[in-house]
Parts: sequence; structure tokens; C-alpha cells
Amino acid sequence: MSALKIKKGSSKHSAYDLRSSFGDEIQTHTLTILVDNEAGVLARVIGLFSGRGYNIDSLTVAEVDHEGHLSRITIVTTGTPQVIEQIKAQLGRIVPVHEVHDLTVEGPHVERELALLKVGGKGEKRVEALRLADIFRANVVDSTLDNFTFQITGAPEKVDAFAELMRPLGLIEIARTGVAALSRG
Amino acid sequence: MTSQMTGAKMVVQALIDQGVDTVFGYPGGAVLPIYDEIFKQNEIRHILVRHEQGAVHAAEGYARSTGKPGVVLVTSGPGATNAVTGLTDALMDSIPLVVLTGQVPTFMIGSDAFQEADTVGITRPCTKHNWLVKETDRLAPILHEAFHVAKSGRPGPVLVDIPKDIQFASGKYVPSKKVPTSQYRPKLKGDIEQITKLVEAIEKSEKPVLYTGGGVINSGNGASQLLRELVKSTNFPITSTLMGLGCYPASGNNWLGMLGMHGLYEANMAMHDCDLMINIGARFDDRITGRLDAFSPNSKKAHIDIDPSSINKVIHVDIPIIGDIAHVLDDVLNMWKARGRKTNSVAIDKWWGQIDEWRSVKCLNYKNSAKTIKPQYALERLEQLTRNRSDRFICTEVGQHQMWAAQFLGFEEPNQWMTSGGLGTMGYGFPASIGVQIAHPNALVINVAGEASWLMNMQEMGTAIQYKLPVKQFILNNERLGMVRQWQELLHGERYSHSWSDALPDFVKLADAFGAKGIMVSDPADLDDAILEMLSYDGPVLFDCLVEKHENCFPMIPSGEPHNKMLLGEAKTDDAIGSSGAVLV
Repeated sequence: MSALKIKKGSSKHSAYDLRSSFGDEIQTHTLTILVDNEAGVLARVIGLFSGRGYNIDSLTVAEVDHEGHLSRITIVTTGTPQVIEQIKAQLGRIVPVHEVHDLTVEGPHVERELALLKVGGKGEKRVEALRLADIFRANVVDSTLDNFTFQITGAPEKVDAFAELMRPLGLIEIARTGVAALSRG
Repeated sequence: MTSQMTGAKMVVQALIDQGVDTVFGYPGGAVLPIYDEIFKQNEIRHILVRHEQGAVHAAEGYARSTGKPGVVLVTSGPGATNAVTGLTDALMDSIPLVVLTGQVPTFMIGSDAFQEADTVGITRPCTKHNWLVKETDRLAPILHEAFHVAKSGRPGPVLVDIPKDIQFASGKYVPSKKVPTSQYRPKLKGDIEQITKLVEAIEKSEKPVLYTGGGVINSGNGASQLLRELVKSTNFPITSTLMGLGCYPASGNNWLGMLGMHGLYEANMAMHDCDLMINIGARFDDRITGRLDAFSPNSKKAHIDIDPSSINKVIHVDIPIIGDIAHVLDDVLNMWKARGRKTNSVAIDKWWGQIDEWRSVKCLNYKNSAKTIKPQYALERLEQLTRNRSDRFICTEVGQHQMWAAQFLGFEEPNQWMTSGGLGTMGYGFPASIGVQIAHPNALVINVAGEASWLMNMQEMGTAIQYKLPVKQFILNNERLGMVRQWQELLHGERYSHSWSDALPDFVKLADAFGAKGIMVSDPADLDDAILEMLSYDGPVLFDCLVEKHENCFPMIPSGEPHNKMLLGEAKTDDAIGSSGAVLV
């Protein structure tokens, strides 16, 4: 059976047309979600992402209000604008969720991540690692004769860049917290 | 007033406080203390089902037919896992349920104890919300919150998992009024700017259509009344999804019939050609939209829904209105009236002319037979012989018979049609009919079934007999999984892989074995008398109606095709479904 010949945007009100105005490009958004810190709340949020096929690039969670038992979850996710909208709507209807904010669209915000990098090396490589750590304002939090452990905080791109530089100098292991983010002002 | 009592007593007290009169359940080790409390009181009636899935579907039937939440009580482990299908069904169709499950005592959780299952983990994706109660003092507030969540916003099933030690322990009971208000408060009023846009669109539209769904019924009787007023005063045509049947009367002048895959030709064509589509409490389900990129290409679309995640999920809409349907329709009507009750009546009359042309296709026509009972004919006769009963409730199972029932039976009021729409659960209808009959003891409750679906929960015959429930099981017996067979004919070269019902029971003897009445009919000439016999019998009836075995359900939008590519009866169906449509269900 022949397909209907409806081209993208062929009609002013076509669903297809309107959908494409949403845009098909994959975007990265940072969402921050305030939730009741009750049993299973993180499983609900993660289950939503896995159950509906959404992506999680990074996720952090901790209780931020000990009296009110509220936790802040920060999720970096990717998807088309329509998927991002749907993620926010789906998060919003989880019962223990108080607020959902999309920092990427809500204006300027700060994103920080903490990473620990274990770098092993001898001689000039070891010195070079220390020099670069100084430039990136990374601190040495543990050292042995064979390796250093650096602590670095910053935007994820800064951590990426530092890790790339450490790789040829003997990067052994890396642990990252994922992004914590707040709006500016 | 707060007082000390055991957790088990609290459960019963909270149910009484919440106005619950009926609980559907099945006892087991982990809920014995609660059953002990049920034994000691007379305010709540407990209906003993024969399988936990039956309990949940019965509660769904109770909820759908009354507008109140249905309540279920089952034990831990298998009791809870057997409830999962019903929970998923209720979630998909937005049916308010409060399901209480027993759990092994808190100190044994995680030890793989006897009849232990991670109930909150298993049911997290198939409930609106769920709770594991870890302190007896938290039990009463959680139970009250459970009812609040089940009923508020878009309704749905919730589950409270109660360990056995919590049931035995004593704690503080808090009545519902003393519980601090929940932070869960879905917005009821629609945004006035969007409502204004909708009213402007109503005033200008030349080819409007109202596309209504189960949300109208969930919003309450007031929503149906406002919808009827809107239709009457604007003269707009109205169609509905499977779940929304009854919110506008089938006898109404503006009724186009159901839309969707097996919807009426006039309804689907109106959806395709309209210039304004007003979606009221429906969700652009794939059974409705057909092929997305050709869905109603020239219309402006408005969508009223209480669930923000329903909006722009599959179809981008121009006028999104988040709010309760009754509230929003009230605002729309008031504003429209205040602005002078304008519609483009000349254009709408012309639109009706077009719709009448589509109606004249008479898409429900079928070739009747004098020798075998056509399933459509059986439903036409059932409709004719029961339509004057204002207390008629219809349940269905899932499959061809369900679609024929939606096409051939007319619903005048909301809450009189119980069917598994979103999940499509075979085995739903019989227990649902039990729940409906419990809620409406004197009503005429009919479950239109196929023999295969009906067998899936046939154990509930015991429940029907025990409680003397005169539910009529109207089985259209084609000895086939008719819908599967139809798809195999259309899509898989007529290779009917495992789609026939072999080794069927003799339904008359089966009825007899349970102490019910069985009626078998195979000759169209005997059909009316047989139906009348069924209706006049005061008790459960198994009505075994032997129908044409190879009848296909039309009209049909083949999967992967748009609304205006419907197949009508007698249509040539070779290659009706293309390869891209074949992957769809």
C-alpha cells in the first residue's frame, strides 16, 4: 500500500511540521530535582530513565535538607528537545518529587564535579604530572613512592582535560562524582 | 483524636475512615493479623476471590463503575506477584486502586524468607506510588496518603506493603483529618491564556472534532455533563476512545462513534480532515493515531489533560491545557458564553454534510447469515434486548469481541463500560464484572467475552456463586483467538499458529459443575429466546454463543497506516499491512 505523500512541513498545522520545529538534534541538559529523601526514591528516578529508554550521563544525589529530609538529585541527560520535555514531565509526576529544574534552559548556572586520579610514574613523568596538577589547581591527597592521587574540582570539561593530560603520564584509575549544579544569582 | 492500636486494627480503621465498604482479597500468612481484624467487624465487607489477579480486576470493576477507589488485600510473595498484572492494567487505564500487601516481618526482609518478594521493587514501575511501612506509627498516615494519591490528579493504583511485625505491633492511630496535607497536589485549574486560545479556536473553526477519552470519566460525572453542554451548544461532532465511551450518549445527535484502529469510518475520517481537534482526557494512544506522520495533518490541536506528561508525548499540540477536565470545561464554557456564544455555524453545517456522507458508508455493515450466528448479530440482539435497562453495565475481555462490543453496544452514561484498554489484559472482564455486581447488586451486569479470554480467569466462577452474583457471561465462542487469527490472516500468510482453542470445556456442563446456569446457542433463530432466558435467570449465567469462526473485525486501520486508509468489511485485505507496519503491534 503506498505511503501518504506528506512531506515534512508541508502543512502549516501538521503534527509532523510542528514536531520538527521542536528540533531533532541531540542536546545535553542538566536537571536538578528536589525530592523527599524516602526509601526507594532514587530507584524511582532511575527506573523512570531505564524504563522509558532515556539516557543518564551523570547522576549525583545527597540529602541537602536534614530537617525537611529533602535530597537534591542532579542528572545530566541527553535527548531531543521533545525527549527532554518528556523527561521533565515524567519526573514531575513522581509523587515524592517536589521540584524539577532544567538548569540548561533556566539561565546561567554553575556546574562542578570532583574527581580523584591515581597517576603512577617515575622520573620526569612524575614531575610533569605535578606541574600540570599545579596548573589545574589539583591537589595531591595521597602519595607513595610509586604514585600520586590528585583531587581536582571543576566543570566536567576541566576534569576531562586534566584526565587526558594525565593519561600518557601514567593514569591508573579515576573516580568522578558526577555533576553537582546550581543556578547563578 | 489519636489512639493506640495494633497495626492490623489500624488498617481496618483507616479503611473505615476512608469510606471503604468493600475489600477484594485473599488471605495468607503475612496478612493473618489483618484478616483477624476483618473477622471482628461488620463495617467492611470482604469479598474472597479465587486468585489475586481476580481481586485486582474486581476492584478495578468496582472502581470504574462507582468512581471510588477499589481496595485489595493480598498476602506477601505470590499474593503480591499475582497482583502485578492487575496493577499494570490499572496504571495504564488510570483506575484508582489501593492495594495492601502483607510482607514478611521487617527483621526477615532480605533473608529470602518464606513467601518473601521485593514487592515495592517489583511494583514500583506498575503503581503510581508505593510504600513499605517500617514503623507502626507511620502506618496510618501512609494509608491516608495512599488514598489521596490514588484519587488525586490522574488516578492510578497505589500499593502499601505491610510487614507482619508492623501489623502485630501497637502504635498511634491518626485519623485522616489530622494527617498533614500532602505535597502531592496536582493542578486543577487550566491556564487562562491557553483557555482563551481554545475559545478563539472554537469560535473560528470550520471543521472541528471533539476527541474525548477516559479522562472525562475519571474527572467525574460533572465533566460528562459539561461535555454534553459544550457539544449541544456548539454543535461540534464528538468521538471517543475505547476508554471514554459513555461520557457522551451514543444516542446523541453529534455522536460519531468510537475512533481508532477499529473505530468508525466517520469518526476516523473526521479526525483526519478536521481543522480543530480538541482532545479532552485522551492520550494520543497508538491505537488512535495510527501512522504518526500522517495523523490529522491539517488541524490545530488542543489537549486538555491533568497529567503534564501526556501533553506533547507523541503528538505536538498547539494549545496545551493542564488541568482537571471539569474545571477546564467549566472555564471554557463560561468564557465562550461571555464572548457571545460564537461558532462558525455555516461552515459547521457544511462539515456535518461531509460527515453524513461518511456515515452513509455504513462501515459497520456485515454479511449476516441465517445458518450461523455472526458475532456482530449476537451483539446487535444483546443491545436491542437490553438497551432500555438504565442500570446496564458492560464489561469485556480483550480481543475481537471487545471491539465489536464497543462498536455495537451504545452507552448513554459514564461508568457503565469496563474494559481493559491500555494493557489489553485477557482475563480482565469476568473478575471485573464481579466487582461491578458487588457495587451494584441489583444492576444488570454483562461480561462480553471470548472463550479464550474467559478461561483465563474462570476460577472466579466460585466467587460469583459464593456471593450469589447474577453476572451474565456472554461468551462469543469462535473456538479461536479471533484477533490473533485475524492478524495472522492479514500479516502472516494465513498461517494460524496456535490461535485456536482446542480442548474447550462444555460450557453448559462447566456452569452446572459450579452451580451456575449454562445456556448454549448456535442457531440464529434461537438467539433472542436464549438471551431472554439469560436475562430472566436470577443468578450467574454462562452463555455459550457459538459464532462464525472466521469473522474479521472491521473497519480496521492497518498498523502503520493513517486514518484515511481504513479497511472496511468485505475489503480486499491482501498486503494490507506493509513491512513497516508489520513490526508494530
